[in-house]
Amino acid sequence: MELLLIVLLGLLYAAGVYMILRRSMVKLLLGIMLLGSGTNILIFLLGGITKGKPPVIDENAKLFQDAFADPIPQALILTAIVISFGLTAFAIVLLKRVYALVNSDDLDDLNTPEEEDI
Amino acid sequence: MRSPILQSATKYLLPILLLFSFFLLLRGHYYPGGGFVGGLVASIAFVLHSFANGTEATMKILRRKPLSLIPMGLGISATSLTAPMLFGLPPMTGLWFEQSIPVIGMIGSSLFFDLGVYLVVIGVILTILFTISLNNITEKD
Amino acid sequence: MIDNHILAPVFIHLFSAILQLVAWRKTVTQRFISVGGSFLGLMLAIRLFTKVYNNGILTMNASNWEAPFGIVFVADLLSVTLVLLTSIAGFAVSIFSSTGLNRQRMLYGYFPIFHFLLMGLNGAFLTGDIFNLYVWFEVIIISSFVLMTLGGRKAQLEGAVKYMAMNILASTFFLTGIGILYGITGTLNMADLSIKITQVQNQYLVGITACFFLIGFGIKSAVFPLYYWLPSSYHTPPSAVAATFGGLLTKVGIYAIIRIFSLIFVLDSFTQNLLMGMAIFTVITGALGALIKTNIRRLFSYLIVCHIGFMVGGIAMFTKVALMGTIFYLIHDIVVKTNMFLIAGVIRQLRGTMDMKSLGGIYAEYPKISLLIALVLFSLVGIPPLSGFWPKIYLFQEAFTQQQYAFAIALIIGSFVTMYVIAKMWSEVFWKDVPKDVEVENKFEPLPLIRKILLILPVGILAIVTLYIGLNAETIVQLVDKISDQLINTQPYVEAVLGKQN
Repeated sequence: MELLLIVLLGLLYAAGVYMILRRSMVKLLLGIMLLGSGTNILIFLLGGITKGKPPVIDENAKLFQDAFADPIPQALILTAIVISFGLTAFAIVLLKRVYALVNSDDLDDLNTPEEEDI
Repeated sequence: MRSPILQSATKYLLPILLLFSFFLLLRGHYYPGGGFVGGLVASIAFVLHSFANGTEATMKILRRKPLSLIPMGLGISATSLTAPMLFGLPPMTGLWFEQSIPVIGMIGSSLFFDLGVYLVVIGVILTILFTISLNNITEKD
Repeated sequence: MIDNHILAPVFIHLFSAILQLVAWRKTVTQRFISVGGSFLGLMLAIRLFTKVYNNGILTMNASNWEAPFGIVFVADLLSVTLVLLTSIAGFAVSIFSSTGLNRQRMLYGYFPIFHFLLMGLNGAFLTGDIFNLYVWFEVIIISSFVLMTLGGRKAQLEGAVKYMAMNILASTFFLTGIGILYGITGTLNMADLSIKITQVQNQYLVGITACFFLIGFGIKSAVFPLYYWLPSSYHTPPSAVAATFGGLLTKVGIYAIIRIFSLIFVLDSFTQNLLMGMAIFTVITGALGALIKTNIRRLFSYLIVCHIGFMVGGIAMFTKVALMGTIFYLIHDIVVKTNMFLIAGVIRQLRGTMDMKSLGGIYAEYPKISLLIALVLFSLVGIPPLSGFWPKIYLFQEAFTQQQYAFAIALIIGSFVTMYVIAKMWSEVFWKDVPKDVEVENKFEPLPLIRKILLILPVGILAIVTLYIGLNAETIVQLVDKISDQLINTQPYVEAVLGKQN
């Protein structure tokens, strides 16, 4: 299980970096999203995977009886996912607006000289 | 593309999903669930409705703009965050009523925090989705 | 010592943002709430500052969970000083934006987002938990995205794409660092981390994690190889927004670097050399960029980069005197850089443009305003006895004691270029006559008196703060001395959070 996740992690990072280095705006966004997912899996992995042991104490017991899954990485990932959801939604709307204005998907075209209109 | 199957299914699914989202919200403190998940389910119910009947129809059944849910939810959450400071406790500490209420169970400030999160999530998601989908309509025209 | 009210500066901005959201599209109400909220925030920040200055470090365990298990908020002297400066800058910008911004932007929620940004800044300074720091950073960048794109002009959106891409990338690096750090130590509390990190066997992994943090914060604070997003985006939003960004956002990155390297990681010679190299190149490239720009705000953007280098160099030396210089510079920089962009906004109101080629004659027309602005410009350059002068003494002195001659040369170059650029700007904008073929579009003259006052007042407030810092340097030096003591000896911080260690 760990090995599978590590391979997946490597793939996600590699794909993310590759996509970010492309010139298209949409690919940039996809790359950032892939990197974000890679990071989430990294946190999940480093927290230590424990299968089938939820961190909930038995009703009769006062303490944990044996090893349990660490809840903190899951809380971190949940927070990170929520944040990246917000960022991605914003980024999609922004890129859509930019595409409508510039009429190009190429990041090299984003160099309009400054117009004075503030 | 309007599918009559989806439309009639949504008619029943919308109330059921809303009820389920509320259930998730209430059981959130001790069991899996909570304001965020509940809010997601509720907003999915509205999104489903908008898929079936179009965004305008959904906005009509909502009556008010989803944006107005955000300050409401934030207000409830922020109040329940800061309320413990009045009792000399650190912010975000859970305050609990003595007696439990039938059906709902114990009520504490964390329930109100969750309620706020629920409203904010619905507000944010519907605002984003309506913005994106309404823009599409104007662009097609 | 536990104090449950240290988050008050955060909550006041949260509540004013909520009230403004309730008053959606009622821009007059929003303006009043904004100025009132920032004023209250300033008062609360002053109160918090005096409390911490007199009583030592205060902490608060959120939801009564004891550290290191819950999220802990810590107000040490560095945090409260920065909270105070943020509140001062926020108050000034809030007054400025009540008149200096067009109504269209206010309708789309400028004020609530501005207060969310201030809330995020205050939260980031006060938190004592590294993941919580990440969350506050995200609050800051989401608000700054919205502020940057409000208005939706072409150049603005183009700048926003670069800004967004680089900042999300920085957050990803930061989050990766947090993930590894949690994996090797099993804690997120910064005080707890400072103890546990020494017990980690694989110290190479710790070094790599430090590099992740350095890259993440380096992008945010715009140091040498990572700063290119800043000059290509900071000149696009309206001046009030640019003032908040230029004065405060990059400084959060500097704050985070100081915090991380004083508390969690120990600077080894590799990281030290790396930071020093980054600092030197940041100063020099920023200075070179500032030399060739004719647009005032682009010029200021490069000056931000240039002066970030001074602070990073101070951190790289990491001795007491160097830290005193860095933190003094940080205090000076927040006030002055915010003011510079507000001044750019005022110039734009006076002349309708920000290109030095078509500006001129402001001194002849408005001598009083020009003198006020001159004061700020001089203190940016660092003419004694104004505020920019004192921190540079410390940095110079320490660069020579530590035999970092390259950094000393970079400091001299940076200071000279700043002086040259500001002198050029002064003669082009204020002394020179308006070029013949340029038509002056004066938006300032027809304004009613109250709005004129509201435009100049924030510049005046910040100028007074700058003067105070410069002329009353002894007080600031004492404060900075205490702060750097706390940074070098982290024992009190750890004890305040975790209780007495045995």
